[in-house]
Amino acid sequence: MLVGIVFIISVGAFYLIHLLPGDPAAVILGTGDTPENRARLFKELGLNKPILEQYFVWIKNVLRGNLGTSFISQTSVWSTIKAALPIDVEIIVLSQILAFAVAIPTAMISARKPDGPLDRLLGATSFTLLSIPSFVIIVLLVLFIAIKLGVPHTGVSSYVSLGQDWVVNLESLALPSFTLALGSFVVYYRVLRSDLIATLQEEYITMARSKGISQRRIMWRHAFRPSSVALLGTAGVNIGGLLAGGFIVQYLLSIPGLGYTLIQSIGLSDYLVVQGIVLVVSVGVILINFAFDLIINIVDPRISRE
Amino acid sequence: MYVAEVVEEHHDRPERKRRLGILFWICVGWIGLNIIGAIFANVLPLENPLFQNYTAVNAGPSLHHLFGTDDLGRDIFARIVYGSRVSIEVSLGAMLIGFGLGAPLGMLAAYRRGKFDSILTAVMYVFLAFPAIIATIAVLSFWTPRSLLKIIIVVGIASVPLVYRVIRSATMNFASRDFVIAAKVQGATDRRILVKELLPNIAPVGVSFLLIGIATVVTLEGALAFLGLSVNPPTPSWGNMINESLSILQVNPWLAIFPSLAMCLFLLSLNFIGDRLRAHFEVSEAKL
Repeated sequence: MLVGIVFIISVGAFYLIHLLPGDPAAVILGTGDTPENRARLFKELGLNKPILEQYFVWIKNVLRGNLGTSFISQTSVWSTIKAALPIDVEIIVLSQILAFAVAIPTAMISARKPDGPLDRLLGATSFTLLSIPSFVIIVLLVLFIAIKLGVPHTGVSSYVSLGQDWVVNLESLALPSFTLALGSFVVYYRVLRSDLIATLQEEYITMARSKGISQRRIMWRHAFRPSSVALLGTAGVNIGGLLAGGFIVQYLLSIPGLGYTLIQSIGLSDYLVVQGIVLVVSVGVILINFAFDLIINIVDPRISRE
Repeated sequence: MYVAEVVEEHHDRPERKRRLGILFWICVGWIGLNIIGAIFANVLPLENPLFQNYTAVNAGPSLHHLFGTDDLGRDIFARIVYGSRVSIEVSLGAMLIGFGLGAPLGMLAAYRRGKFDSILTAVMYVFLAFPAIIATIAVLSFWTPRSLLKIIIVVGIASVPLVYRVIRSATMNFASRDFVIAAKVQGATDRRILVKELLPNIAPVGVSFLLIGIATVVTLEGALAFLGLSVNPPTPSWGNMINESLSILQVNPWLAIFPSLAMCLFLLSLNFIGDRLRAHFEVSEAKL
């Protein structure tokens, strides 16, 4: 299944150029359309050969880690992606830690007394947040907090990687991570809350209660694990949207991750870079989904037995 | 004490089927107002959204310009009303394609089952695994020149597998119920069963998902605008306006605040309507 999907993605990414009207060579070359470049492109991609052969030439290169060399910036696409990818990974990991750290306890508070005042407050808050896109949140954060307080929203040139100086790095990634965390929190909170409420109605919970086990222990030991399956499933699906949301947040804050690079490349019509990023991100999303499926199987072994 | 707590918690299980409430109708009214505004934008006494008044650049809200003007002296209120056209057209158009293809296929697959169902479902799940947002960005980046219609087509096709999955599983719930079998025994045609027996039963799920879909597409338009992939400027759209406001955020915050507010209120209303309808028709959120 996994191999099949990755194969289809590779075909999609490859075939993208032929789906579109116009001369593929002209699209790939963009503003770098000189006779020398054109000759190099034809030689590299075998553009005068049949389409099937073109695909094999291309996929062989891709598997060797060669995504081509941009005809506009003259740098290798893979090295561009390699420089940008860690930033995306860091933002997503940070935002997910934040989101889970807040969503799990708040969902438990809500589930303890459904329709109580705290639940209603949290419900209304999450519902409002659900209707605010991440790009609006970041604009408002920049407008009302970053500009007023002077929180650094870095430019591309001043970006510092985690290895160089982790304090400055975390400072500059705080805003994007927080923004994405907010969006994820809402989804996780709602899913976990409704699941916990359902689980707490089960008879074994009543049993545990009647044995006098403490509320906290019931929550964490008895109710949380069976309720976390849907949460993990949602988290897996959420990653794709998170990546796209992260792209825009990066662009707005000029953080040179994949999203920033992608948007710049779209502006420059740098086809090979866009194609490379689409391929890497799509495969990444699939792998993450697959990893979450594995985790779900560990949490709830019944699923794999079915 | 614990026993008391247990009893109490079983007791105050809230009745899910509630009245729709006043807030629901306010939200419906707001959406209606937006749609009317979008349809009649050129009849309403609005300023031309493209007219650049250089004597009033970056003006704050006033009686003359209700929401102020942008960096080119264009009236923000007029641009927001005209901008709602893009959001509404794209979302309705995309959902028309998504539901037009996805819903009949999903119903048919769940009703017929067999090879038709298994092949179609396998194909759809492969497409579902492909991150739709990334695919949309990829196609729109190079399918130039960009137009509203192209955005609708790309987003609409990307939504087909999602609609298919939801409608198929909703139909499955009913396809083997007694009333369907009874209709079959009475000799009802397949078309009659699908339209008269199954369609009314899956309608609540369909409408709930439609509302979520519209909200998602409105958000997506904003996201695409940031990538420069929405309708071409100077055509106003909510996403375009927020995007344009970024370079002058400190000078003219109104240009960011009002379109953001318009978009968020629209989304909030849609989500609220959807939530109330789900509670009313007892559609569980997990099914969507």
